[in-house]
Amino acid sequence: MVNRETEPIFWTLFSAGGVVAALFLPIQLFIFAFAVPLGWMHAPGYDSLRVLAHSPITRLYLFVLCSLPLFHFAHRFRYTLYDGLQIKHLNEVVFFGCYGIAILGTVAAAYLMLIL
Amino acid sequence: MSSHGHAATPAPTSSAQSHAPSSAYTEFHPRWYRPKISTYWWLGKWAYVKFILRELSSVAVAWTVALILAQVWSLIRSPKAYSQFARVMSSPWMIALNVVAFAFLLLHSITWFNLAPKAMAVRVGGKRLPAVLISGPQYLAWIVISAIVLAIVISRG
Repeated sequence: MVNRETEPIFWTLFSAGGVVAALFLPIQLFIFAFAVPLGWMHAPGYDSLRVLAHSPITRLYLFVLCSLPLFHFAHRFRYTLYDGLQIKHLNEVVFFGCYGIAILGTVAAAYLMLIL
Repeated sequence: MSSHGHAATPAPTSSAQSHAPSSAYTEFHPRWYRPKISTYWWLGKWAYVKFILRELSSVAVAWTVALILAQVWSLIRSPKAYSQFARVMSSPWMIALNVVAFAFLLLHSITWFNLAPKAMAVRVGGKRLPAVLISGPQYLAWIVISAIVLAIVISRG
């Protein structure tokens, strides 16, 4: 689990995911949660969106966009529960829960990008 | 008799040499002073509330990723599945939920960019670079990236 040797790995993933989330996620949510559903822009059709998503660059982009921010979430949410909500007795459950979500999400993202 | 300090020395050295406690020695475990901290300790001060809100932004990050995965999954399945996804996204409760998520994403971005100058002290010519020169380019990158992503999606419209 987390010790002096592994902590830098978890922290690097947290940091890299934080950068990706900060730079790329707001516009992604803005487009597909507000601009398209509320009709602020002409919604791209199914076929053109599928073609766009199918390109190797987009698939790589979407994979990184999903995977790294989940590791950012795992680290940060773990410490939110630990420091913020003082949940210290469930430390291991929280650890495996948070990183379980990150790993499952990464595997799901990899699978979706392969079959896209 | 000659020196009374000399006679006292063997005792500490012998106990320091043998690390295993003797039979007469009972290990004393000190009781740490750890006051119980309330779950709601952060409610008292605005700075603490901001800290907790910033940390909770990670939930919005995970939520947004989940939406992206759901969108791609529906895109893979069929046009019907995708229109169903689009319908869910335009429901009022979903819009309301995403307004909250978007606010947290913005909080994450802004606090993240503002934190960078504090996390890394870049020195040029022996002087520390002003914070604006570190966080400024990140804000610029944020705007450029957002414009590019928006332009790409609009071009498909």
